[in-house]
Amino acid sequence: MDPEDKKPEVWTWFDHPRNIKRLKIGFYAVLVLLVLPDFFMHKHSLFSSVEALPGFYALFGFISCVAIILISKLLGFVLKKKEDYYDR
Amino acid sequence: MIASLHPSLLFFAAALLLWVLPLLGRRILILLVPAAAFLIISQLEPGTSWGYQLFGFDLNLLRVDKLSKAFGYVFTINAFACFLFALHLKTRHEHTAALTYIGAALGAVFAADLISLYLFWEVMAITSTFLVLARGTERAYGAAFRYVMVHIFGGLCLLAGILLQVNASGSVAFDGFSLHGLPTYLILIGFLINAAAPPLSAWLSDAYPEATVTGGVIMTAYTTKTAVYTLIRGFAGWEVLMAVGCFMAIYGIIYAILENDMRRILAYSIINQVGFMICGIGIGTAMAISGAVAHAFAHIIYKALLWMSAGAVLYLTGKSKCTDLGGLYKTMPLTMIFGTIGALAISSFPFLSGYTSKPMIIEAGVHEGFFWVWLVLEIASAGVFLHAGIKFPYFVFFARDNGLRPGEPPRHMLLAMGFLAFICIFIGVYPQPLYDILPYPVEFQAYTFEHTLNQFQLLMFSALAFFMLLPLLKRTETVSIDSDWIYRKGGRLFVRGCDRLFSGINAFGDRIFMQKLPGLLSRFFADPARHVQQHLVQLLAEGSGNGSVLERRKAEIEHRTRHAAYPIGGSVLLAVVFVALMSLFFFV
Repeated sequence: MDPEDKKPEVWTWFDHPRNIKRLKIGFYAVLVLLVLPDFFMHKHSLFSSVEALPGFYALFGFISCVAIILISKLLGFVLKKKEDYYDR
Repeated sequence: MIASLHPSLLFFAAALLLWVLPLLGRRILILLVPAAAFLIISQLEPGTSWGYQLFGFDLNLLRVDKLSKAFGYVFTINAFACFLFALHLKTRHEHTAALTYIGAALGAVFAADLISLYLFWEVMAITSTFLVLARGTERAYGAAFRYVMVHIFGGLCLLAGILLQVNASGSVAFDGFSLHGLPTYLILIGFLINAAAPPLSAWLSDAYPEATVTGGVIMTAYTTKTAVYTLIRGFAGWEVLMAVGCFMAIYGIIYAILENDMRRILAYSIINQVGFMICGIGIGTAMAISGAVAHAFAHIIYKALLWMSAGAVLYLTGKSKCTDLGGLYKTMPLTMIFGTIGALAISSFPFLSGYTSKPMIIEAGVHEGFFWVWLVLEIASAGVFLHAGIKFPYFVFFARDNGLRPGEPPRHMLLAMGFLAFICIFIGVYPQPLYDILPYPVEFQAYTFEHTLNQFQLLMFSALAFFMLLPLLKRTETVSIDSDWIYRKGGRLFVRGCDRLFSGINAFGDRIFMQKLPGLLSRFFADPARHVQQHLVQLLAEGSGNGSVLERRKAEIEHRTRHAAYPIGGSVLLAVVFVALMSLFFFV
C-alpha cells in the first residue's frame, strides 16, 4: 500500500451552502425549461387527450412518486420491524 | 474448430484448472475465460449440436439462435467485468463456485431440451449458494440455507413439470409451450421462482445482500436473467405474465423505499426491473420480446455496475446500512460517479442504456392497447428513479456525513466499474449494436424529441417529489417483513403453536389418566365391597326419601367391613359379576 491510499483526498464541494443553493436554482431552472416546450409543440397522445396537455408527464411523474412514497410510508407502519426481529 | 466448442466447457474446465495454478495464473485465467467464451459465442453458427443420449432421449447441449446468443454475449461480458472486480481475491473456492455458476448459466441458456436445462438449473442453484456461504457470517449461513431450500423447491416444481410434460407430449423439446395444464404450470412456477416473482421472491432480497462483496455482484446477473431467458423461450405471450410483471415492478419499488441496507435496496430493484422484462414477455409481440431481451442485456450491465459501487463501499467501510453511510463522495468521487451512472441508467435516463431498452417494452404494450400495462409501467418508471436512481446514491454518497473516509477502491475495481459505465453510456448513445443482436428486428426510435422530453419531465419531477418528501424517506434502522416471514417466523410460530396445542393435550391427558383416575380407582378398589354397599345404600335412601335408616345401615356396613363378616356366597357373587364385567370390557 502506498501512503496515498491511507490519506485520501477529501472533496467537500457539496457541503458548502452556496453550492447547494446553486444546485437548487439550477434544478428549478431545469424543471421550468423542461415544461416550457410543451406549450409550443403538438404532443401525441396514446390513450386519451389528457396526455397531450402541457406538462402531463411532469405532473404524472410527480404524482406517481408522491403516491408511491405515501403508500410505502403507510405500509412501513405494518411491515417495518426492529432489526433483530428474526433473531428473537 | 473454434465454432464447435461449448462456452460452458471453458468455465467448467477453468474451475478445475484453478486448483493447480498459482495466484498470477489464476488471475489471468479468470479474465481469459470470459473473453474466450465471448469470442466463441460470437463465432457460433445457428443450429443445434453437442447431442448426447440420456434416458433414451436425444438431447442437445448447444442450441444456437439469436435469443441464446444475445444472452450468451451479455453473460460473458458481465462475467469478464465481475472477475476483473474480484481480481483481489486470493482464495480458490469462491472463484470456483463463480466459474461453475456462470458456466451452468450459459449451459442453461444454450441447452436445447428440458432435461439438459434442468441439470444446469440445479448446478446453478447449488454453486450460487457457495457465493453466499463464502461470506462466512452466521447471517450468511442462515440466508444461504433459506436460499437453497427455496431453490430446491423451485427445482422440484420444475422437475415435476418436466416429467409430466415429457410424459404427456413424449418430447423433451424446450420451445414455446402452448398447452395450458398442470405440466406447463409447474414448469412456469419453477421458472418464476428463479425470476424472483412473488410470493416466493424473498430469497433474492434475503440472500444476495448477505453474499460476499464479489459474490453479490456475480449473482445479480445470472439466476434471474436465466429465468427471464427460459420464460421468453417457453412462455412468450402468456398473459398472466403481464400481471405478474406489473406486480413485481411496483412491489420492488415499495420494498426498496422501505429498506435501509444499500445492497438490499439494489436487490429489490432487481425484482422491479425483472418485472418490466416479465411484463414484456407477457405482451409477447416481436417488439416486446426484443424489448425484454434488450432490457435484460442493459439491466445486467448497469445492475452489476450498481452492485460493484455498493460492493466497493462495503469492501472499504465494512458497512452497508444507509444509516451508517453517507458523505462518501468526499473520498470516493470516482466510485460515486460510476454508481451514479448505473443509477441513472437503471432509471432509463436519456443517453444511458436503460433508456434505449425499457421504453421498447412499454411501447409494445401501447401498440397492443394495454392501458393498464402502460399506466403501471410508467408509474414504475418514475418509481425506479425514486428508489434506485436517487435514493441509492443520495443516501450512500451524500446525505448525512457519518465521518467515513475510506478512499477509492483498488484500481481493478475502478477499472471494472469504468468498463461497465462505458457500456451503459455506449448503449445509451448508440444502441444499434444491441438492437442488431436481438431476436427480432427492431423498429423503435428512442430518440424523438417528444419522447425524450417526456422522459426528462417524468424523471426530473420524480426527483422533485423525492426532495420535497425527503423527511418521509428518512432511513430507519429496521428490516421489512417480506414473504420470507412465512418460513423464517411463520415456521417458528407454527412449531410453537403445535407445541402449545399438543403439549397441552398431553399434559391434560397426563393429569386425568395418569394421576387422577388411578388414584380414584385405587381408593375404590382398596375396599370395593364397602364402597359399593355404601353408595347403594346412599342411593336407595335418597331415592325413597327415607333418611332415618341411612345412618344405621352405614354403621352396619362399617361394622361388617371391619370384621370381614361377609357371607362367602355374597363375595363369590360379587367376584363373578366383576369378572364378567371385565371380560365384557376386554373381549367384546
